[in-house]
Amino acid sequence: MSKRIEVNDLNVYYGKFKAVEDVSMLIEPRSVTAFIGPSGCGKSTFIRTLNRMHEVIPGAYVEGQVLIDGDDLYGPGVDPVLVRRQVGMVFQRPNPFPTMSIRDNVLAGVKLNNRRISKSDADELVERSLRGANLWNEVKDRLERPGASISGGQQQRLCIARAIAVEPEVILMDEPCSALDPISTLAIEDLIEELKQDYTIVIVTHNMQQASRVSDRTAFFNIAGTGHPGKLIEYDDTRIIFSNPSVKATEDYVSGKFG
Amino acid sequence: MATTVSMPKTLTQGQLHPRTPWVVLGLSIAGAAGVVSLISMASGEEFSLVGTVALGVLAYLVMIVILSRQIEGSRKATDRLVTALVTGAFLIAMTPLVSLVSTVVILGSERFDAEFFTFSMRNIVGEGGGAVHAIVGTLLMTGTAAIISIPIGLFTAIYLVEYGRGPLARAITFFVDVMTGIPSIVAGLFAFSLFAIFFGPGVRMGFAGATALAVLMIPVVVRSCEEMLRVVPNELREASFALGVPKWLTILNVVLPTSAAGIATGIMLAIARVIGETAPLLIVAGFTASMNTNMFADRMQSLPVFVFTSYANQGVDTQAYLDRAWAGALTLILIVMALNLLARLIARFFAPKLGR
Amino acid sequence: MTATEAPPQTTPLKAKQRLGDIVFSRTSLASGAAILVILALVAVFLIAQSLPALVVDPEKFIGSPPSLWDYVWPLVFGTLWSSALALAMALPLAVGIALFISHYAPRRLSQFLGYIIDLLAAVPSVVYGLWGIGVLAPAVLPAYAWLTENLGWIPLFSGPVSGTGRTILTASIVLGVMILPVMTAICREIFLQTPVLHEEAALALGATRWEMITMSVLPFGRPGIISGAMLGLGRALGETMAVAMVLSPTAIVSFALLQSTNPSTIAANIALSFPESYGVNVNLLIFTGLVLFVITLIVNSIARYIVNRRKDFSGAN
Repeated sequence: MSKRIEVNDLNVYYGKFKAVEDVSMLIEPRSVTAFIGPSGCGKSTFIRTLNRMHEVIPGAYVEGQVLIDGDDLYGPGVDPVLVRRQVGMVFQRPNPFPTMSIRDNVLAGVKLNNRRISKSDADELVERSLRGANLWNEVKDRLERPGASISGGQQQRLCIARAIAVEPEVILMDEPCSALDPISTLAIEDLIEELKQDYTIVIVTHNMQQASRVSDRTAFFNIAGTGHPGKLIEYDDTRIIFSNPSVKATEDYVSGKFG
Repeated sequence: MATTVSMPKTLTQGQLHPRTPWVVLGLSIAGAAGVVSLISMASGEEFSLVGTVALGVLAYLVMIVILSRQIEGSRKATDRLVTALVTGAFLIAMTPLVSLVSTVVILGSERFDAEFFTFSMRNIVGEGGGAVHAIVGTLLMTGTAAIISIPIGLFTAIYLVEYGRGPLARAITFFVDVMTGIPSIVAGLFAFSLFAIFFGPGVRMGFAGATALAVLMIPVVVRSCEEMLRVVPNELREASFALGVPKWLTILNVVLPTSAAGIATGIMLAIARVIGETAPLLIVAGFTASMNTNMFADRMQSLPVFVFTSYANQGVDTQAYLDRAWAGALTLILIVMALNLLARLIARFFAPKLGR
Repeated sequence: MTATEAPPQTTPLKAKQRLGDIVFSRTSLASGAAILVILALVAVFLIAQSLPALVVDPEKFIGSPPSLWDYVWPLVFGTLWSSALALAMALPLAVGIALFISHYAPRRLSQFLGYIIDLLAAVPSVVYGLWGIGVLAPAVLPAYAWLTENLGWIPLFSGPVSGTGRTILTASIVLGVMILPVMTAICREIFLQTPVLHEEAALALGATRWEMITMSVLPFGRPGIISGAMLGLGRALGETMAVAMVLSPTAIVSFALLQSTNPSTIAANIALSFPESYGVNVNLLIFTGLVLFVITLIVNSIARYIVNRRKDFSGAN
């Protein structure tokens, strides 16, 4: 598992509006990469292009290449549905399916595709995924309760369990902690640390301490003003970005002078 | 400070005692009763309860405004006047509605018996008989209308919410609006015109009635389903897409189950709305005294039309026909209320919690 | 699925279409298109069936009116007149009840009342008709007699008074009672949606309850009141059974409210005449139905126009 992501000259458009311009980067397998930057700089837009989730928004399209272990996500004949089975995603707000139990939420990726799975396999998958998300001990006695019945932090870990249950290569996280309290945030950060043993992880965050705590590499995005496209300003080891960045704007941002 | 409007610096001002309005109301009514009874004695007419209440309320309005203006000031007086008017509007409006319900229940229970639900009107001229043929007809025609309009309505709503972009979606939204405004009798005329082409003029059949009802029902179903599908948070769709689930399975397994309770409620209310339709059925399904379970031949009676014809064509024993009409009205109201209640219960107990 | 596809993409994407996706999107599209087809059919059939009435010699119509127009006009007049009366009576009441439920009644009572109003909105019209003729018409007779005696000099109330109570005023009252719950439900809903912040802003300025309502609730709710009124008007225009059962119709144009000769309405006339009609008279009735359809269409369009135009200013999103 776990694959390398290579982005070449990527532009993202919403209709006529160019939202992100000319991004190129290389993301190594089994690492955590953080995207930071002010609001509206296109980092969430960009992360969505890594599993073609931007296509859910009407009028959004991209130019350029995204290669996962050499396979172009935007090549001819590529099915976005299959892309998303390899590149999972966790969203800003926890979004467990309200009609399903905790157990069914974990199995959602399997069951929603109408695939059959034996009860013992299902039990094993549920336990493995929930353990992987550090949630098993908290919910093992109430697997049949509705997915929305647990706390927000637990819901977010349930969503992570749901994402890893389909055994993706890459996990994208779009501000996964922004709706959570500090303790739940800590639990998720610990989890990210463990998950990177097996997965390539990309995380968007507004919280710079979080980026410096969890990530190996950090990308700083910025925007010249409203109506201008967002750009990748600097991409380097997290340590360097936060201690000795090469671009002035990065230094201003990480030291809190703007944003 | 000299130029500003002087404001009282105190926090208390003259206030009516909470019970004062009630006392004033009682006095007004009593006074009005006295005046009206004097008039009726003088003119020899009967004592009028309506007159008493009208006069009493008028007196109350005048007195409370004067009193409040003296003690509390003109702003408070206006407030009291409006409170009285609004409450009055409510009470005036409740009078006919309460009268309607109580009349239907009282007169309807007269013939609300086993015979009413087991006999048709075949070979019955006077007392007895029942509406079983009308109830069966109503169930058949409404059921058929539901079978036609629920799939069309639901899939149209899915199209509008999940797929529709651009001019076609806008056209459909607009024409659904237009369709909502079709008078029921026009729907009946449409069904008649349509079936007259195939079966000749003078066509009457249950299926034509069902078609007319479907025309009335489709826009209601589209509207309520659309509303319910739009309430499903986009985050759930995205969560499903991110798991690599194709769009159609997402709609089928995530969007529809999440909105199922709301959709069921909407459909119940749509059925409740068309089950009482009279005019289109009067035109294309006609009326008859006998049981007819064949949707594609002959006239078919329905409960609303039964009520109308029982009233309109009173036979020799007028009272028997009137009693049956009221019993039919009671049955109809009970069916509608049951559907409404069911819809509420579904919405209450089966809706997933989306609130955060 | 050509028009609804995403805009042209620079990299040609030929994602393999899943069978399920194709079937599902096509079915949805077909259903939407079916609605357009049904509506087109309604229009085509109504027009086709009413054409014969336009070309045939009016002598052949029932009652041999001098022209088609002479047959239709009294019905159009009766339809508009009775609906206007119903609206005039019901609208102030509906706003009052809605305010009572949303801002005056205790919370628990108001929820219950909202439910009752919804139930009453669902009562079938034939029941209202039965009530109108069985209860209301006899009950209002003394009041009608009093009105003609004391206010007879006003043309509206001129005598001779009807002996049965089956007048256009009674029919309009029944119509008003019928549309009351619908209009109330809409007004109540929009009043309840008034942003609490607006209300609190008014109260914080020291407004009384009524001043708060005029400052925040009514301006916010105006589009809702208008669309409720128009919806009620649309219902009243198309309402058939209540009028058919209550009114004793004559083909005249008269504003008098209390006499025994009253204009009928289009819908009631169709319902009463259709079962016994044959030949070209059927076409004539279908033509009047078309006229009714056009009238309700105009009313609904006006309502939508007003609501859409006001939407930008109301603060409702």
